[in-house]
Amino acid sequence: MSKDNHMSEEILSLKGVVKSFPGVLANDHIDFSLKKGEIHTLLGENGAGKTTLMNILYGLYTPDEGEIFIDGQKVIIHSPADALSHGIGMVHQHFMLIPNMSVCENIILGNESKKRGLIDEEQATGRIETLSEKYKFSLNPGDMVKDLPIGMQQKVEILKALYREATVLILDEPTAVLTPQESEELFEILRSLKDEGKSIIFISHKLKEVLEISDIITVLRDGKAIGSVRPDQTDEGHLANMMVGREVILKVHKEKMHKGKPVLEVNDLTVFDRRGVSVVNGINFNVHSGEIYGVAGVQGNGQTELVEALTGLLPFVSGEVIIDGAKIEGDNPREVFERGTAHIPEDRHKYGLVLPYPIRDNLVLCSYYHKPFSKRLALNFPVIIEKSSKLLKEFDIKASSILDITETLSGGNQQKTVVARELGREVKLLIAAQPTRGLDVGSIEYIHKKIVETRDAGCAVLLVSSELDEILSLSDTIGVIYKGQIVKTLSSEEATKEQLGLLMAGILEKT
Amino acid sequence: MEKSNYKTIVFSALTIILNLLIIRFSFRFLGQDLKSIIGFGKLGSISVFTGRTIFILACLGLAGSIFPLVRRLEKFINLSFFVTAFVAVATLILWAGIDSKFDIVGLLALSLRLSTPIVLGALSGILCERTGVINIAIEGMMLTAACIGFTAALYLGNIWLGLICAVVSGAVMSLLHAFLSVTMITDQIISGTVINILAVGLTGFIRRSFLIRARLSRTAILPIITVPLLAKIPIIGAIIFTNQPIVFMMMGLVALITILLFKTRWGLRTRSIGEHPEAADTVGINVFKMKYQNVMLGGMLAGLAGAWFSLETTGSFDDLMTNGKGFIALAAMIFGKWHPVGAFTGGLIFGFSDALQIIFQIKGIPIPPQFLWMLPYLITMVVLAGVIGKSTPPAADGKPYIKR
Amino acid sequence: MDVKKIFKLRAGYQDLLIPFLSIITSLVIGAIIIYASGANVYAAYKGLWQGSFGNARTIAETFVSTTPYILTGLAVAFGFRCGLFNIGAEGQLYAGALAAAYIGYAWRGLPHFIHLPIAIIAGIIAGGIWGAIPGYLKAKTGAHEVINTIMMNHIMIRLTDYLVKNPMLDPKASVPRTAYILKSAYLPKIFPGFRLHWGFILAIIAIFLIYYILFKTKVGFEIRTVGLNQDAARYAGMNISKNFVLAMAISGGLAGLAGAGEVLGLNYNLPAAFVSGFGFDAIAIALLAKSNPFAVFPSAMLWAALRNGAGLMQVRAKISIDLVNIIQAFVIMFIAAPNIVRYLYRIRAEREKAGVLLTKGWGQ
Repeated sequence: MSKDNHMSEEILSLKGVVKSFPGVLANDHIDFSLKKGEIHTLLGENGAGKTTLMNILYGLYTPDEGEIFIDGQKVIIHSPADALSHGIGMVHQHFMLIPNMSVCENIILGNESKKRGLIDEEQATGRIETLSEKYKFSLNPGDMVKDLPIGMQQKVEILKALYREATVLILDEPTAVLTPQESEELFEILRSLKDEGKSIIFISHKLKEVLEISDIITVLRDGKAIGSVRPDQTDEGHLANMMVGREVILKVHKEKMHKGKPVLEVNDLTVFDRRGVSVVNGINFNVHSGEIYGVAGVQGNGQTELVEALTGLLPFVSGEVIIDGAKIEGDNPREVFERGTAHIPEDRHKYGLVLPYPIRDNLVLCSYYHKPFSKRLALNFPVIIEKSSKLLKEFDIKASSILDITETLSGGNQQKTVVARELGREVKLLIAAQPTRGLDVGSIEYIHKKIVETRDAGCAVLLVSSELDEILSLSDTIGVIYKGQIVKTLSSEEATKEQLGLLMAGILEKT
Repeated sequence: MEKSNYKTIVFSALTIILNLLIIRFSFRFLGQDLKSIIGFGKLGSISVFTGRTIFILACLGLAGSIFPLVRRLEKFINLSFFVTAFVAVATLILWAGIDSKFDIVGLLALSLRLSTPIVLGALSGILCERTGVINIAIEGMMLTAACIGFTAALYLGNIWLGLICAVVSGAVMSLLHAFLSVTMITDQIISGTVINILAVGLTGFIRRSFLIRARLSRTAILPIITVPLLAKIPIIGAIIFTNQPIVFMMMGLVALITILLFKTRWGLRTRSIGEHPEAADTVGINVFKMKYQNVMLGGMLAGLAGAWFSLETTGSFDDLMTNGKGFIALAAMIFGKWHPVGAFTGGLIFGFSDALQIIFQIKGIPIPPQFLWMLPYLITMVVLAGVIGKSTPPAADGKPYIKR
Repeated sequence: MDVKKIFKLRAGYQDLLIPFLSIITSLVIGAIIIYASGANVYAAYKGLWQGSFGNARTIAETFVSTTPYILTGLAVAFGFRCGLFNIGAEGQLYAGALAAAYIGYAWRGLPHFIHLPIAIIAGIIAGGIWGAIPGYLKAKTGAHEVINTIMMNHIMIRLTDYLVKNPMLDPKASVPRTAYILKSAYLPKIFPGFRLHWGFILAIIAIFLIYYILFKTKVGFEIRTVGLNQDAARYAGMNISKNFVLAMAISGGLAGLAGAGEVLGLNYNLPAAFVSGFGFDAIAIALLAKSNPFAVFPSAMLWAALRNGAGLMQVRAKISIDLVNIIQAFVIMFIAAPNIVRYLYRIRAEREKAGVLLTKGWGQ
């Protein structure tokens, strides 16, 4: 580090930031500083407070305590408008794009130039085209955002910040939705922005990429800044330790598989999404008893619809699905349930739980209608109470009683409630979609353990996850999904992350 | 695929049955040499054989409704629906025109006039819903404005001041809606219901406490304005350029709001809030301010619609005089896919059905008036059922925006 | 554990406190309006009280009005539980009244114990069908039930007008109305000399029945699940469409029973000038009761008292009965937006419990 870009070049700093939400201290006296032309990474697991801190900087949250300095001057940021006027731009984890509007409209929104009272679209289009060319984005301002692939949408988000001449760019988990190759492309863009003198705050929980792209890494854990390191002074193990606060077993312990007969057979299955677009295109694969079949792929390649079709939430357009030797009709969740299928849904708040219900009712949500939980028309409460109390204990759900409202539980315990309901009975097939999304490390380990136990008990497991590490560590067999088809099936021993990354991007030749 | 076939068959069957019934109906006149006289304003009139014309029209309608069944094509359903609707309406007009002139120009002029509150209400709905606030309180806002506008016109002695008061009272009611649904995050449907009930109570109270007691019941109505030159154009002049002020305002507002919504900064921001308020917030747009502003503008439009009832049409105020028009306006808005021009079209259809109903009653067609009164409500239900194509509301419509 | 118990008690206490303060505040606003329009507040409210609870007769009359309020209130509350906003209780009530009246005068020669139940059931079925139609339309096309039920109110009011003035008209009557129902279809009076009839007992039974259906049966569990989270209900294998139609049918059936009760227990015919208004007030009753079947009873009684007392209030204080509507609108407003009441009385907010969110746009 040379002397001249020290001190004077610090363009932004946060001092002693505190932010609490009911029951959680999300940021606990965090200090953070950013220099001109550097890529500064915020590393931490889910719930460590990274996004909260950045939302404070971007004016979406008001901190309880603490100060923000920009160019050495104390500033108060009340709203995104303030942040933007200070040259701060943010690419949110969930894109802030309006699908029903054009690229141009999305970019100029809030920053429209006028001509005779109307929006000057010509001038805006020109500027966007110039910027797009400069950074090799190849975006067409007239395209509708909903028609663009995820990677392109991210570029629209970046362009939104650049259009406003942002000097500080915050990127919240930008690689979560990208293939390793697309991430590489993004890193190129970030490097060129850095060379231009822009400063970048990069948020991630993926150790490898953090080491690759960062100039400096600040680790957050439980709302506290644990420390800052340079990538050349550290390694993955050390960072993981800082992130979690204890030794992390990066590898899930599991026995060799005992593969049995096929339990789930999917033949030429085609599924349309709710807009009527074909997203699963004649997919074929089998899952055997005693096997964990992992579906790897970039989000939006048909995984969600595949799982919904298999579990009866979406109708098939064509093809057949056989569970445990019998063909299913589809479009009927109960039929699938009665075949001995457990389903851990991708979105537990949407599908998995009725949040205002007591835990008791959520634990019998799928089985309430048959004996012994109901007699004729009436619910049989003594049996329901007995069963749910048993599950509560067995699956280690932390609650004072089965009558606690599910909404009041932590994310981990909510997911355990779903798992308890689904696995607390005889099952032959488990379909788990993003089972650990947004959970803390303890809950992740617990859920992984349960999935492996289920497989060891002779159950077939279909695991769909966008976390490549999860797929690699749990699966026995890996199928790579691309544009609604399994493009390649490999055993987990032979698979490497790089190879999967290429396959996920639809590149088959090099393998 | 199965499902759409099913829908095609059901609708084709319905339209075929209707056409067959019309053919059966035409037999009543075929034997006699009855003639219907159809007038075209000052251009004169033509007369046709009633029975034969109806018969031929219904045969064409029948062909049009069998067509989609043969081709199994969903996109022709709308066509057959419209053809059948046209045949049905034409039949009724021919029936009403037997031996006494049925003036088409008069019908269209009346349709435009009657569509005014519906179109204005629909525009009010568009402004609110494009910023993500569902407004089922248009009915209540109209009713309040009709009452306040009338009362003000009486007490202040000036009908134009009454009109302004009506618009302001609409804005006040919508301010309550904005406060409840945007600031208090009350369910928007409940908030709207509160306003509708409040409006009934408030207007009834004002009417009985001030108007009846003071023996005040009538005021003048807004004058008819004839646009120089343009009013001389045959047909169009009589329909469009000879009207009362609120009708003119309605037509102007349709054009104005279309431009504002799709060509200006305000419009872009408004639409962005209706689709994705967080996205708007993160680029520095004040979501709450915009919501308040637009809901209140919407309230002013509903107020103008309310003034139409008391100040432009009857010159009096009666309990519940808006008679469900606010809800029909919502149907027109949905029919028009949240676009001002579409809402205008939707409003015209309702205005047309209302006008038909009135003229039929004057002509003394032997259909019980109760069934004619039902017509607009039935059409509303048909529109909502999406028979005439599915329309998608703004993505964040009805969802409260809770700032983090 | 102890802390938790206290918390629970406090929550229950606020559940009662907020409605109570909402009513009080609305009455205060009413008083201000009375004062502002130059009338005597004390005389007005005294009239309101005496007109509703002044003596045995007015109390009995209050319970007469409570009966349809309980049933229509339950109807709307039942819809709320399934996430449906049934504004059509009024039309469903008319449908029930029409059917009961028709059976009541047209089916001759049946003994009381057969004729009366058939007339009642006919009312329930008619209301149920009229309610099920918007439920079906919502399930199949996504059309919002709020608008459809309002449209069906208008249609039913016109239809009733037509039927009573044409095919069902009693030609001997001086005003347009149906014929009188036969004695064998009468709902008997509870006490001799008072108009209070057995419909009131039926309403009380309905409260218990609806509670049992909602909270103790499979059907109720499904309906509540659909009301709280449609996606989860579908995930759990429940049929959303079936539950929408069923909930609206039961809701409409309750309103139909209310209409049947008015005809069979009170009017003994259906006049063309029949105006109930019960179906609209029912929305407020259900909201005030937070869709709890038992709480519907006191809410219904309050509304009945306001409705019955308004007449005397008008006589005593020369204040328009519409004031009651205004007070009612404010009650719903405060119930729906409890933060206003909390702010006015400086009550600290408890953990917000999930309510029923009805607004879901106009389609799926």
